[in-house]
Amino acid sequence: MSDLTLTAKSLTSEHRRRRRIVNWLMEGLATLAALAAVALLVIVVASVAKRGAGALDLDFFTKTPSFLGFGQEKSGIANAIVGTFIIVGLAILMALPAGVLAAIYLNEFAPKRVASAMTVAFDVLNGVPAIVIGIFVFVFLVAGHGQAGIKGAFALAILMLPLVTRSTQEVLALVPNAVREASLALGAPRWRTTLNVVLPMAVGGIITGATLATARVAGETAPLLFTSSLAGNTVSWNPTEPMASIPFFIFTAAEQADPSLQEQAWGAALVLIMFVLIASIVARAFGLRSRRRLTGGR
Amino acid sequence: MSYVSSDMQESTEPRADESAQDGLRRAIDPSQVGAERPSSREVARETVFRIENLTAYYGKAPAVRDVSFDIYGRTVTAIIGPSGCGKSTFIRCLNRMNDVIPSFRSEGKILFHDVDLQGKDVDPVSVRRRIGMVFQRPNPFPKSIFDNVAYGLRILGMKDNLGDRVEHALKRAALWDEVSNRLKDSALALSGGQQQRLCIARAIAIEPDVILLDEPASALDPIATASIEDLMHELKEDYTIVIVTHNMQQAARVANMTAFFSISGGEDGSRHGVLVEYDDTEKIFTNPSEKRTEDYVTGRFG
Repeated sequence: MSDLTLTAKSLTSEHRRRRRIVNWLMEGLATLAALAAVALLVIVVASVAKRGAGALDLDFFTKTPSFLGFGQEKSGIANAIVGTFIIVGLAILMALPAGVLAAIYLNEFAPKRVASAMTVAFDVLNGVPAIVIGIFVFVFLVAGHGQAGIKGAFALAILMLPLVTRSTQEVLALVPNAVREASLALGAPRWRTTLNVVLPMAVGGIITGATLATARVAGETAPLLFTSSLAGNTVSWNPTEPMASIPFFIFTAAEQADPSLQEQAWGAALVLIMFVLIASIVARAFGLRSRRRLTGGR
Repeated sequence: MSYVSSDMQESTEPRADESAQDGLRRAIDPSQVGAERPSSREVARETVFRIENLTAYYGKAPAVRDVSFDIYGRTVTAIIGPSGCGKSTFIRCLNRMNDVIPSFRSEGKILFHDVDLQGKDVDPVSVRRRIGMVFQRPNPFPKSIFDNVAYGLRILGMKDNLGDRVEHALKRAALWDEVSNRLKDSALALSGGQQQRLCIARAIAIEPDVILLDEPASALDPIATASIEDLMHELKEDYTIVIVTHNMQQAARVANMTAFFSISGGEDGSRHGVLVEYDDTEKIFTNPSEKRTEDYVTGRFG
């Protein structure tokens, strides 16, 4: 009887109050941390928008920069926008097929040991600093041959590759084995199973991963510093020549004495952030769609 | 289901309060069984699978050891036994589905119409094309109902009269009436029982010789289970059916022949599945030769 009352007491009074305080405290801390992360994003975006919004007008997107004008004439970042789209586009063309194929090999065909060893290799590649990749491409492709937009794209592709591979691997791992077995049991060879069943189920997630990887490398400056920085101030569509890029424009314009160029640097930063934001939203939409496909809309 | 007495539970829990004979009589009513299902001994038997000393390993440990028996054409053969006795391992050997498991290895022979399925020049893809399989959990593709059934046909180039073939398969699987007006809907929107019948339709669409069913009703409710069982009675007219089940009443209801697998310990303390007894279903459930079979079917050992 005494045991029972003792237990009942410990259930109601002290322990409960203590637990409620600890619970309240930890929940508060966790909420605070989450809010801080969101607040950081808001502060960064807001400060960039505040300083850069003034630079955004039609000229900003259609004209090329003037580093000597001291605000005398309207100028813009058309060459940097074109350059970034071409360089990033080429990087996607290089990294996406290679990354998806590598992930298919690792997830669908490779023996377990090979797969885990190579997965570690991709993680290491993912951790290599962007500037190291830049120097690597500089030493092997640029030194003695000159800069080119496509060499910058190659450097960005190296950065994208592990991101695309790892995200694709994760999506492929989500495709239930039962579906692969169903296809194999119908007399489908493995490559057809991969092509007709596994990939269609994973395509949304693959696009999500690729979009996030694109957003991530679009803002990289260091690899372009060595590979595609000596660009003229005119719009160039030729990737065999050095091309301007938004990150590199920010890097140079922010250092100028001309306040209008500094404002343009903020404006370019805003364009970059908007690009990343839109890409992330698109990626999320694809991700949701593919999840619905995998679960049958429930 | 009518010939199974109503108080017979689905479970295989030991029932110590019953004598062996009582349990047997409850499990199955021989007079009804005889009428429902003529013994396959009386009809001419065509051997479809001849299994000779099959031992299957995952890694170093054998999952089933030294299994030998014949599976006959146009009959339903049930494989029963406790969990871990290698039922699924065994049935997956019959269409080489174990090939996809890297640590899998097997010894012995499985002759399919006198061809050794494990032979070096045998292509597992063509084996699976002739020996279809339905799995424990319904696994439709996240495609439309039509595309699910058409998938195998398209892969195998059986594209002539695609619509007719799909309709025929769905009718054989007793699903046509329920889905004929929504073939374009996602297969994932179907109920579990409908999904499993869709998987059966998908398997028979490519006109295999054999259908392997690996506990096809274990994830389904009793009504869906009954419809799958009815289907098996229909399909055995044309196909050789092998069904793994942990449900003895199900084996008694659908199978002509029953193989009872159990677990044995090796000298080194390892445990592996063995074939204990293989005979007409009626004999297995009413007058088994082996004590272990009797203990299992009467529910003394599970």
